[in-house]
Amino acid sequence: MPTLKTYKTEAIVLKHIDLGEADRILTLYTPNQGKLRAVARGVRRMKSRLGGHVEPLINCSLMLSHGRALEVVSQGQTIESFLPIRNDLKLTVQALYLVELTDAFTSERIENYSVYKLLLDSLRLLAKVRNAEILFRYFELQLLGYVGYEPQLYKCLNCKATIEPVQNFFSTSGGGILCPNCAHTEPVVKPISVDALKVVRLLQRGDFITANRLRLSADLSRELERIMQGYIRYLLEREIKSTRFRDRLKREDTEIAADLGKF
Amino acid sequence: MHLKYGSAAEPVSRLIEEFHKLPGIGPKSAARLAYHILRIPESSARSLAEAIIAVKEKIVLCSVCQNLTDNDPCAICQDTDRDHSVICVVEEPLDILAVERTGQFKGLFHVLHGVISPMDGIGPDDLKISELLERMKAGGVEEVILATNPNLEGEATAMYLQRLLSPLGVRVTSLARGLPVGGDLEYADEITLGRAFEGRREV
Repeated sequence: MPTLKTYKTEAIVLKHIDLGEADRILTLYTPNQGKLRAVARGVRRMKSRLGGHVEPLINCSLMLSHGRALEVVSQGQTIESFLPIRNDLKLTVQALYLVELTDAFTSERIENYSVYKLLLDSLRLLAKVRNAEILFRYFELQLLGYVGYEPQLYKCLNCKATIEPVQNFFSTSGGGILCPNCAHTEPVVKPISVDALKVVRLLQRGDFITANRLRLSADLSRELERIMQGYIRYLLEREIKSTRFRDRLKREDTEIAADLGKF
Repeated sequence: MHLKYGSAAEPVSRLIEEFHKLPGIGPKSAARLAYHILRIPESSARSLAEAIIAVKEKIVLCSVCQNLTDNDPCAICQDTDRDHSVICVVEEPLDILAVERTGQFKGLFHVLHGVISPMDGIGPDDLKISELLERMKAGGVEEVILATNPNLEGEATAMYLQRLLSPLGVRVTSLARGLPVGGDLEYADEITLGRAFEGRREV
C-alpha cells in the first residue's frame, strides 16, 4: 500500500472556513512554504483533539500530508496561543488586521521566512505595546518591503533629486515620494509632512524599538494611517475588511467616553 | 435551457440541476435523486413538493427571539412555564435544539443568525443584535447567557455583546469552557485546559 508522505511544519493559522459537516479549511502561514491551505477533518466536533490547536491566531506545530488539492492536517499541537489577544476584543480585531494583510499580500506556496517572522513577532508585540497604531504602520511597511512594494522614501520618484525636509507628496500610484515640483506627475498624490516622512523612514528601516518610544500627536497618527491605508487600498484594489469592525469599535469607544464625560 | 445532463428529457435534467444546487449534492447524487423521484408514486412526490413549499410559505422569524417558527411569537416565547427573565443567546436556530436536548435550560432564547467575522466583513449590523437590545429595553430580563460557539468568531461576538449589555445592568454570563465528557486530558489544548482551570469548582 502506498504510504502518504507526512511532514512536520510550524504554522500560524490565518483563518478558517467551514467545510462540509464538521471539517474546516485552514489558511496557514508557514516558515518554509509560505501560505498553505489545509483541510482539518472533524475539528468542529466538540471532542476533536485538533480543534483547539488550529484556531485562527494560534502558532502551532502540525503534521501535514499532501492531499489531492489541499494539504491534510493529521496532528497538531499549540506552540503559542496568544491568550491575552484572544481574551480581549480590541486586541483580537487588531490581530485579525495583521493576519488579513498577510493573507492579502501573499500567494500560496511561495516561501518568505521574513513574513512569517514579522507576523509572529508582531503578534507577540501586540499585547505589550502602548500604541498599536505604530505597530500597524511598522507591520505594513515591513510587509510591503518583503513582498516587493517597498515605497521609495529618499529620492523623488520623478526627478531623482534627494528629498528635502519640506512638505512633500506621497504617490500611491508611483509607490513613493514626489518632491513639490514633481507632485503633478502622478495621478494620485497626498501631501506628507516632514514628521510623517521621518516616522515612515524610521519604520521602514525596521527600528521598531525607537519608533515605539515616540509619542505621536493624534494628527500625525491619523496622517500616517491615511497614507498607508491609501497605499494599501491602491495596491490591493479593495478594502481590508477587518478595518470596518475595528473602526466601529474605536468609534463606539469614543462615544462611550463622550457619554461618561456628560455626567 | 440547454441539456447539461446528456440525453435526459428536459423536466428530468431540470430536476437534476435543482438537486445539484443543494449543499453536498454532486452531479451523480443529483441524477440518482432525480431518477428516484421518477420511480416513487405521485403522492409521495407531491407531498415532498408541498413540504418544500410549506416551509418557504409558513416559516417566519419569531418577532421576539428570531427563531424559525410557523407561529409568531414562537412556542418557546409563548410558553408561560418558562423563565422569561433569562435569555440564552445562540448563533443559529440549530443551537436551540442542542440546548433544548439538555433539558437543563428553562429560559428563553435569542438567535443572532450568524456571528461577527471581521475578516469576512460581517459586523454587528448583519446580526440580530439590535433586536436583542430592543428586548432588553422592554424590561424584565435579569440575565443574558452568551452561548456562542467557543471559537474565535464566537468569542469575539460574545465579547462584543458583553460590552453592549453590561452597561444595561443585566447579569451577563457565558457558558463554561472546559473539558468535553469522554475526552482525554493529554489531548486538551492550552486554551481549553487553561479555561477549565479558571472555571474549576468545588466538588
